[in-house]
Amino acid sequence: MIAAPGTLPWLARHELRLGWRDAMAAATGGKRSRAFGWLIGGGLVYALMFLIAWFAVRPAVQDGIVIDKPVLVTVTGTIFLFWTVTLSQALESVTRVYYTRSDLDLILSSPASPARLFAVRSAAVFLGTFMLSGLLISPLVISLTIQDGPHWLSAYLVLACFASLSVAIAIGTTRLLFRLAGPRRTRLLAQIVAGIVGAGFVIGIQAAAILSEGGFSRLALFQSPQLIAAAPDATSLLWMPARAAMGSVGEGIALAILGFCILLATIIFVAPSYARLASAAAGLNHIRSTRRASSTAFAPRSQRQTLRRKEWKLLQRDPWLLSQTLMQLLYMLPPALLLWVNYGSSGSTFIVIVPVLVMAAGQLAGGLAWLAISGEDAADLVTTAPIAPSTLLRAKVEAVLSIIIALLAPMIIALLFITPPMALAVAVCGGLAAASSTAIQLWFRVPGKRSQFRRRHTASRIATITEALSSILWAGTGALWAGNSIMAIGAALFALLVLGLARLLAPRKG
Amino acid sequence: MTSPALALSGLTKSFDRPVVKGVDLTIAAGEFYALLGPNGAGKTTILRMVAGLLKPDAGSISIFGIDALADPIAAKRVMAWVSDEPMVYDRLTPLEYLEFVSGLWEVEPALAQKTAHELIDWLGLAPHANELCGGFSKGMLQKVALAGALVHDPKVIILDEPLTGLDAGSARQVKDVLREKVATGVTVIMTTHILEVAERMAERIGVIADGRLIAEGTLAELRTRLGRESTLEDIFLDLVAQGSQAA
Repeated sequence: MIAAPGTLPWLARHELRLGWRDAMAAATGGKRSRAFGWLIGGGLVYALMFLIAWFAVRPAVQDGIVIDKPVLVTVTGTIFLFWTVTLSQALESVTRVYYTRSDLDLILSSPASPARLFAVRSAAVFLGTFMLSGLLISPLVISLTIQDGPHWLSAYLVLACFASLSVAIAIGTTRLLFRLAGPRRTRLLAQIVAGIVGAGFVIGIQAAAILSEGGFSRLALFQSPQLIAAAPDATSLLWMPARAAMGSVGEGIALAILGFCILLATIIFVAPSYARLASAAAGLNHIRSTRRASSTAFAPRSQRQTLRRKEWKLLQRDPWLLSQTLMQLLYMLPPALLLWVNYGSSGSTFIVIVPVLVMAAGQLAGGLAWLAISGEDAADLVTTAPIAPSTLLRAKVEAVLSIIIALLAPMIIALLFITPPMALAVAVCGGLAAASSTAIQLWFRVPGKRSQFRRRHTASRIATITEALSSILWAGTGALWAGNSIMAIGAALFALLVLGLARLLAPRKG
Repeated sequence: MTSPALALSGLTKSFDRPVVKGVDLTIAAGEFYALLGPNGAGKTTILRMVAGLLKPDAGSISIFGIDALADPIAAKRVMAWVSDEPMVYDRLTPLEYLEFVSGLWEVEPALAQKTAHELIDWLGLAPHANELCGGFSKGMLQKVALAGALVHDPKVIILDEPLTGLDAGSARQVKDVLREKVATGVTVIMTTHILEVAERMAERIGVIADGRLIAEGTLAELRTRLGRESTLEDIFLDLVAQGSQAA
């Protein structure tokens, strides 16, 4: 049956079709031929996740899972960790509901109800959040269901509750930001909030673990006797989500209903303002922002200096980059805190810092390199300029690596005073991780607009995977080197192997 | 004898099918040359090869006697490229953009600064010189791109549909700038779908159809070839129809 045009089901059908095509395009990069490979690859990874989950829960199931206070503390902590990630994702998605133009102008200029459109798009965000999170927890939940019983399926009810709450909070936050900061700053602020929420809780717990336990482990904090002693009784309402996730179906249903009601109320409350705010967001394209003329403008510079200056200026003015960099910097806070707290103690305390810094260098370099190398808004201009392609690329790589050096240098210098060998390990492995990520971006570069940053991973799955793998392997090399293990050579060889593989698989430029 | 501004010989390019099929073309220095053709005829591909954005499969490109394939940097030094999509950074101001372009072409800084300010005044961009280009209209962006093309004082300006999407005022300004440049000896090569522009501004017109240069000459020469008094639109449509039949 075809729904009447303009009604909720009709709009939902339209949204579902677009959402499906977007998801397929994101997964396959617009190439149908990739769908099969993606299905097989994704299936294998998922099967591996199932295997890991299966064997991880097996001993606990065999011993019999007892719902006591320590277990409730750990499960609740884990649920909240997971929730921050879904909240961060929901914030991103809700911002797009207001700012992504595509068909918005068409629909808003039609007689269709903007409030209905908002309701449908909010529901789509909920569905996306629920499904993605569901995909992540399913290996664990299904393993538990098979091994221990179907009561574990109630975890999906908790997930529905937290997905609803995430979307409701995201809608409320976005609406509040529109009110407080205006449409011009809301998108950037929402991205920053999403970054802080996504990383903040994890980092906060790590920081608490460092301050109280002297280590990095989040689980160590959840299992600390002081925390368990201070936590309320096992019958407390605070543990309701944990109890529901562990098979209390009644509590699960109550939570799901509560979550849906809060989401529904938020949508009903915010929907009337949607058309006005989305139109205000659309008007931003015409707003002009003024910059003070630089006193060093038109100073003598070489071509490479000119290019580096342009890259730095664009990176500095890129709100997306700002939030991404902030995320990376946030992840560097716990190691910095560990350095601060343990300053003066033995060098071995700092081994945990090495892989974190190396990993951050690799990941940050990957994003920056994409922006500088592939995300060229005036590709024709720089190609038609009288400059050798090698000089052009060298300037862009220099622009990226100098930022990484500037960010890592303070930590390396601090480390140098405590344990010079570890400082050397961070400098060398961080440099190699950054250089590897940059090289992979260079080999797999596909010219695109900087605004396509979010979709950069769809251009090449191989580039994404090898970039992540090389960062992990260089981080491992750094950690093993810092621990004086000969295994560091093996990890470094693996990293080089991954790099070689990426070079082999990279499309030939002709 | 001075070298022609542009000399193409046997220029060929294929993607999934042949797009440019052995084009020979010579354009004299200081000439205003319009390249016409239906959509997909190969005009833009030819100009992109000349600008160094695409590598030809065969043939040669000479710009003021410089072999553009053997020494692309020397060729690019005397050339400017303006496409229908303005090549401008959203997060740079027009002045910063011109500073960047001058740096790429290694223009002496004091001269670059003077020229940049003159161009900004000339194109009516002075009130917006320190605003980020992100909020500009298409016409303003195209004027910034044109200023970028002129700031390094090129001897050849290649424009691909530069008037697409411009309002009457902006289009007039762009046309005036191009006329003045031709008057000072600069060579302008332009593709356009607006036949009236080609009719009024170009000294010679080339018609491309199905990857081949099927006719070339002044408007009078093209009329003579067709054997009747017609508008450029009639001539163009007849030539393209003949070209399609011949293909």
